[in-house]
Amino acid sequence: MLRVRDLSISIGTPTESVDIVSAVSFEIERGEILGLVGESGCGKSMTSLAVMGLLDKGGPWVRTGRAELSGFDVINSQPYQRVEAGRGGIAMIFQEPMSSLNPVMKIGDQIAEAIAVHQKTSSAKQTLKARELLEMVRIPDAAMQLGAYPHQLSGGMRQRVMIAIALACQPQVLIADEPTTALDVTVQAQILSLLRELCDTLGLSILFITHDLGVVAQLVDRVAVMYAGRVVETATVERVFAHPAHPYTEALMSCLPDRGHSKLRLTTIPGQAAKPGQVPKGCTFAPRCRYAVETCVDEAPPYATLSDDHRALCHFPRGATP
Amino acid sequence: MISVVRSLLILLKQRPIAAAGLAILVCMIAAAILAPILAPYDPSRIEPIVRLLPPSAAHWFGTDQFGRDILSRVIYGARLALLIGGGVVSFALITGVPAGVLSALYPRFGRIMMRLIYVLLSLWSLLLALGLIVILGRGVTNAILAIGVVYLTTTSRITYGLTLRLRTETYVEAATSMGAGATWTIRKHVLPNLISPLLVQASFVFAFAQLSAASLDFLGLGAPPEIPSWGNMLADGRIFITRAPWILFFPGFAIVITALSLNLVGDALRDRLDPRFRDMLNGNRR
Amino acid sequence: MNSYAVHRTAAAVTTLAAASAIIFLFIHLIPGDPLYVLLGDVATPDQVDALRTKLGLDQPIVVQYFRWLANVARGDLGTSIFFQTPVLHVIRDGAETSILLASITMIWITFIGVAVGVIAAVRHGSWLDQGLSGIAMLFASVPTFWVGLYLILIFAAWLGWFPSSGYPSIFEQGGLANLRYLLLPSLALAAPNAALILRLTRASMLDVAREDYIRTARAKGIRPMRVIVRHILRNALLAVVSAFGFTFAALISEAVVTETVFALPGIGQLVVQSILRRDYPVIQGIILLTVVLYLAVNLVVDLSYRFLDPRVELA
Repeated sequence: MLRVRDLSISIGTPTESVDIVSAVSFEIERGEILGLVGESGCGKSMTSLAVMGLLDKGGPWVRTGRAELSGFDVINSQPYQRVEAGRGGIAMIFQEPMSSLNPVMKIGDQIAEAIAVHQKTSSAKQTLKARELLEMVRIPDAAMQLGAYPHQLSGGMRQRVMIAIALACQPQVLIADEPTTALDVTVQAQILSLLRELCDTLGLSILFITHDLGVVAQLVDRVAVMYAGRVVETATVERVFAHPAHPYTEALMSCLPDRGHSKLRLTTIPGQAAKPGQVPKGCTFAPRCRYAVETCVDEAPPYATLSDDHRALCHFPRGATP
Repeated sequence: MISVVRSLLILLKQRPIAAAGLAILVCMIAAAILAPILAPYDPSRIEPIVRLLPPSAAHWFGTDQFGRDILSRVIYGARLALLIGGGVVSFALITGVPAGVLSALYPRFGRIMMRLIYVLLSLWSLLLALGLIVILGRGVTNAILAIGVVYLTTTSRITYGLTLRLRTETYVEAATSMGAGATWTIRKHVLPNLISPLLVQASFVFAFAQLSAASLDFLGLGAPPEIPSWGNMLADGRIFITRAPWILFFPGFAIVITALSLNLVGDALRDRLDPRFRDMLNGNRR
Repeated sequence: MNSYAVHRTAAAVTTLAAASAIIFLFIHLIPGDPLYVLLGDVATPDQVDALRTKLGLDQPIVVQYFRWLANVARGDLGTSIFFQTPVLHVIRDGAETSILLASITMIWITFIGVAVGVIAAVRHGSWLDQGLSGIAMLFASVPTFWVGLYLILIFAAWLGWFPSSGYPSIFEQGGLANLRYLLLPSLALAAPNAALILRLTRASMLDVAREDYIRTARAKGIRPMRVIVRHILRNALLAVVSAFGFTFAALISEAVVTETVFALPGIGQLVVQSILRRDYPVIQGIILLTVVLYLAVNLVVDLSYRFLDPRVELA
């Protein structure tokens, strides 16, 4: 339902630009949760901002690519333009609930504002709907909390308010950019279960961005792994954990501390991710890959399909049947 | 210290307008130092024959009601401007910084001190200066002292705020928990961090000192009339505003250019500051 | 709400008390005997002594201070040595001019400063922004009286659109049209202050625009104009409002010079002349009243903060 094709984002000047996100493609079907995984700086937030149309003027811009929501291209429009054109569809929640809400506006008003943008109703109905949304995101005492200010709420509650605001935009797709990273583990679990529930009951699709594999294991249906601005593997979550195909994914998995087997040392991936503009020709992961051979260094890898739904950007994907 | 200079140079490359401002300031300083060489005439030479002449080849800026060459007077006026600016900034820093730092480090004493300073501040800056002048008498040193007292209020408030904020920095807490004493903390942690914000503040104070000094001169309470000062020239020339507007224009222009350059440089410097410190300097200009 | 208000008011009152003591001491440090100013050089020592006793100036300073305080509490600010009329009357005569001047100036400052600041921020980086910021920078660097003098030159002397000096009361002949006497002076006063407010507004708007919650607002699909006004400006104003206290103090202070330039019969003029005449009661009275006014304005700003920014805790 949300189809992103060949998305490339650049920074710099029109004459001298560097890609920070390269030829990214993925799909999310209705009612599905896709996890976009990768280390800091790999371009996952950029990608989501681009899809949302929130890239700042004067900053990184979309060089090529399309993002289609049910057939309509959303990439080159800002949210308010989409609303005016009668096509809403995507909502977003962010990483820092502390600073993502207007500090001088009551949360009830902030939700009502979102409702007012997407529906033409009276303000009384807006208040009612706001209250319903607060209840939907499991905020206790919803009627009272409508009059609360953001600083009076805890981080977890604020994130729920963010979700309520996102729901008020009547989205088909919700983009969640590391929504639980700034929260306690226990609160995190609550938010994740809330998102799962919303997905099941409302048929909401979610693009969940994170660098936390534990969260990925708990929540998502499918995974897209990003490295250095490229999607290097997409598969179902079970396959990614059990049979990772791309060496990077495999390395990530091996970095997870192994419960029950005491290891003397934690595994790491040697080296550092290439900076944009200094990307090696050939496979971007080759310098750090333990299986790299000459082909990997010389030629850019193609997308190898292992089974339906499992792709990896590699010359020699692991576990591939020759 | 070197890092401050280096960032200054980088900054100037990026902001040509600020660089222009700095260039103007340098010219001003040069003019002040080289005044005897640069000025075509003796600034105090009275020559009634050539009085009230508009700008011409012989007198680039024209002459005033006593026949004195305005260009020369403006050049010599730069000396006073520098003197006052430098004096006020020095005074404000020498008194204000210790007051602010100590107030922040010793809260009980500090709160009283800050209240007192707040009271002084509430006695309207110019009038405070006026009052001090009247007590002390007219004169350049007194003008510096009077205006300096006004700006010591802002300097100390800023230092106080900055030091307070620095005190709560984790690295200071860490140092104190390792046994660092007050003097050491001040020397190593507080003072180095104060240099940049105070440098910014200094340029603004320099600018506003010019304006305050000019106001004092204009009211007849600043520099004595023999000394060429831009403010005095404006006061003298006021009655000739319709007959000879150039008497007013050039000294006023000199004041504006000086203050403007200082503001430009200060602004550019401030943009390079740590954002935390930037807020402290925003409202505190007078 | 209450404990905050009480706390702030108490702070203001103590400051006032301290200020009054300082003012009193300060003024009595001014050298020069008002009595000689009053009686002239030919006065005999006996005459001077008699007048001194009559005016109660022979008592020790501390006694004088408390007597003055007691009188103030009753609303009696004393008698002007120079005019021999109650200080309150003397002040009242000049008050109308100064209050009107200050009000008009504040209107210019608020509207021009904030409105243009918003425009510059919204068109950040464009030629318009750079031009406006440049002009603002320029006006922030000019001495008020220079602006005043040139306004007189251009609009009064050359164009003759506005009068150059004086101010007949609006209660006298001419009525509200007499306000035009205050137009040029108020512009001169407003110029540097409006420039500062402009730059502050612009900077504040730009800072707020970078905040996360503005991104949230855009993500909601709100139209840009509403984002600017309801979200950015609303938060940016917090910083601007707190600058109004300083602006007010600066206004009072610069008004002294402006009144001199435009020959306005206001409080500023009165203070300068009273200082020169060593008219203690008048000086004390005016400064006390202005301190009260300044503290009141700041108190109002402080308290209003509570309404503007819900994060301000009642501490």
